[in-house]
Amino acid sequence: MLRYILNKLALIVPTLIGITICAFGFVRLLPGDPILALAGEHGVTPERYEQLKVQFGFDRPIWEQYGHYIWDALHGDFGVSISTHRPVVTEFLALFPATVELSLCAIIFAILLGIPAGIFAATRRGTVVDQGLMGTALVGYSMPIFWWGLLLIIFFSGYLHWTPVSGRIDVQYFFKPVTGFMLIDSLLSGQKGAFHSVVMHLILPTIVLGTIPLAVIARQTRSAMLEVMGEDYVRTARAKGLKARRVIGLHALRNALIPVVTTIGLQVGVLLAGAILTESIFAWPGIGKWMVDSIYKRDYVVVQAGLLLIALIVMGVNLLVDVLYAVVNPRIRVQ
Amino acid sequence: MKSAKILLTAAALAVVLGGSAYAKTLVYCSEGSPANFDPGTTTGGNDFDASSRTIYSRLVEFKHGSTEVEPGLAESWDISPDGLTYTFHLRKGVKFQSTDYFTPTRDLNADDVIFSFMRQQDDKSPWFTYLPNLSYDYYVGMDMPKYTKEWKKVDDNTVQLVLTEPNAPMLANLAMDFASIVSKEYADKLQASGNLADFASKPIGTGPFQFVDYQVDSTIRYAANPDYYKGKEKIDNLIFSIVSNATTRLEKIRAGECDVMAYPNPADVPSIKADANLTTYEQAGLNIGYMSYNTTLPPLDKPEVRHALNMAIDRDALIKALFQDAGATPANNLIPPTMWSWNKDVKFDKYDPDAAKKVLAAAGLTKIDLWAAAEISRPYNPSFQRAAELIQADWAKVGVTANIISEEWTKYRADGKKKDRSGAFQIGWSGDNGDPDNFFATLFSCSAIGVSNYSSWCDKDFENDIQKAKTTSDIAERTKYYQDAQVVFAKEAPAFLLAHSQVYVVTDKKVQGFVQDPLGMHRFDGVDVTE
Repeated sequence: MLRYILNKLALIVPTLIGITICAFGFVRLLPGDPILALAGEHGVTPERYEQLKVQFGFDRPIWEQYGHYIWDALHGDFGVSISTHRPVVTEFLALFPATVELSLCAIIFAILLGIPAGIFAATRRGTVVDQGLMGTALVGYSMPIFWWGLLLIIFFSGYLHWTPVSGRIDVQYFFKPVTGFMLIDSLLSGQKGAFHSVVMHLILPTIVLGTIPLAVIARQTRSAMLEVMGEDYVRTARAKGLKARRVIGLHALRNALIPVVTTIGLQVGVLLAGAILTESIFAWPGIGKWMVDSIYKRDYVVVQAGLLLIALIVMGVNLLVDVLYAVVNPRIRVQ
Repeated sequence: MKSAKILLTAAALAVVLGGSAYAKTLVYCSEGSPANFDPGTTTGGNDFDASSRTIYSRLVEFKHGSTEVEPGLAESWDISPDGLTYTFHLRKGVKFQSTDYFTPTRDLNADDVIFSFMRQQDDKSPWFTYLPNLSYDYYVGMDMPKYTKEWKKVDDNTVQLVLTEPNAPMLANLAMDFASIVSKEYADKLQASGNLADFASKPIGTGPFQFVDYQVDSTIRYAANPDYYKGKEKIDNLIFSIVSNATTRLEKIRAGECDVMAYPNPADVPSIKADANLTTYEQAGLNIGYMSYNTTLPPLDKPEVRHALNMAIDRDALIKALFQDAGATPANNLIPPTMWSWNKDVKFDKYDPDAAKKVLAAAGLTKIDLWAAAEISRPYNPSFQRAAELIQADWAKVGVTANIISEEWTKYRADGKKKDRSGAFQIGWSGDNGDPDNFFATLFSCSAIGVSNYSSWCDKDFENDIQKAKTTSDIAERTKYYQDAQVVFAKEAPAFLLAHSQVYVVTDKKVQGFVQDPLGMHRFDGVDVTE
């Protein structure tokens, strides 16, 4: 098992190097200049421009800038934001709980609806119900998040007034964050109605962010179910005269869930990518919105450090899933 | 929790003082998070909305809704006859804000004023670099180090600014955000405890609102400053709800989740205007989009040729195509109509392709380079590329073939400044301080050739006007000079003037007393909400 984990860890190294090169290179390929973006509309004199270039280290050769970036990152120093002058890690840690909270809600939403939908479709294979559910899942998977989010806001918030438009909580509630998780902090605050307000604010962004994982999980569950339902042990269970619910729930589902668990693990990347758009639409103060704002400001330091931190998290979670998968399924370890 | 107490205290105070049964709260949906709350260190409009215009005051202020300067923390000032010494008489009894992180022990005095400026200039001061990678860009950008000889304390309530050379726009500079007056006592306290960075995150000023709390990227809370020298504001709590997406901001104001919103999407403006629950404010922004002709290269050195090129462009159609639903004010002068000294009698060249064709044929102009910055959008010109294509089509109709040169923004501006640059170069400007000098001298003075005078235009009469206007502080006299400069500009036509972009602010109908700011700020002093 240890060797398996070490193998996986060794694979992470080249991936990380690739990511650092991409993160470092892509932000520099963006049109626009961080110093001009920082200087605002009135611009800077050529002399001042040169001074700032030296101050931010943009005058050094590109490989040297990259070397510094890697060296500092290895020492846990991800730099200081060009625009806010605050350490990137401080900003990241302050905003990360909001993204985690939203992502957890989205994945729970996707699991709670996706698995039953997949089972339901699998047990009615080829029927209108199956085609309808899988067609809907395909639509969900193809849905542009930006459009979907705005559509829900306009309908549920603007037209029906059922849900708030954006944010994490109504501005009338005011308390200092303790954990950064608003569901918990609102309860800790003891303010009447605060928790309800948080839940209401979570509904639309959860649906928007959870839509794609929901579609993926539903389709994966369906195909995994169909595969195991053709297996001998399921047929045997049926032949024994077990009730259909028991055959599906106990014998088929338990085995079908193994690939579904992997799929769920892989959704972490999807969620973090989706968070970038979802957070921007819903003014959700998480790392997705932070990254987008930093790109607009050409804040190289935040963009490259943010990308690296997010990549580390995605890889960490994937590693964890791989390990869990190996624990569940010993054949993987041997392979 | 302490901050919560302040909010509650402020609310309770409001009930007692105002006799009202509830605390009045105004929620402003802003477009972005502030970089920090020290206006000396930032450059963005959203930074200034959140710091200088709410928390701080300055020696002199822009009159609400205008670019004129009026007394602020200085209740009066004298300018020496040689224009070199400005003596400011400070208002007595002005208190810095008391919060849970700072309680002032004295009133505002000359030390605070001197510290507010010198921290941005004195590179030996720990405040010059108190944040990583800090730079005081506006202070430098407005040439303050060049013009400031020294700041002198005459007594606690009198302070002098001595200049290296006369500079009439200096007063307008002192009303700008970077010139906000900070507390030296607070700075000293932070320096003693080694917490200098708190200066940018826990601000203390003398402005209408005091800082309560900031949750990054989400909400900024302020309470009315009970000691504000102009009297406590009518609203008790001011909240900035940060929403970067314009469609979401609009839905929020429609749903009653905010009372004022910044920068609606241009495409939404018609539907906002039709909404009975909302009030739309609009005016020409403090900017100008234009196209500079290189006036040193024949045949563009002849004013009649430049006029003919202007006349060949269907400007109304061009503005409509570029700005679409957002609209824009066609520019007759370099400065927008909201700025003092704007000359209402000056008119821009009328569209007359037939007359233009004759002049251009006589001058032998058949080819011209037309410059466009690639993939860039500016408030005063949403698309240089699209504008270039439309102008190219118009010029083709009068027998002039335009060769479009498209470059990336940084290179574009560097190439545009070259004295031997060819043809017509699209560019624009967003003003800083509402002083006409900030447009005329910055963009078309002889000394700006090679820097920001993209026309390489140096006209004796124009230069005479703007230089004289710079050395006198009499507004009526300055107005006369600038109005004359506008007549010269229209006669000589060193550039094609496009438009001033339209700026919008949307408020809920219950918001009273909101005044749109010609400098593009969002100010909430004097604003009230009715229930």
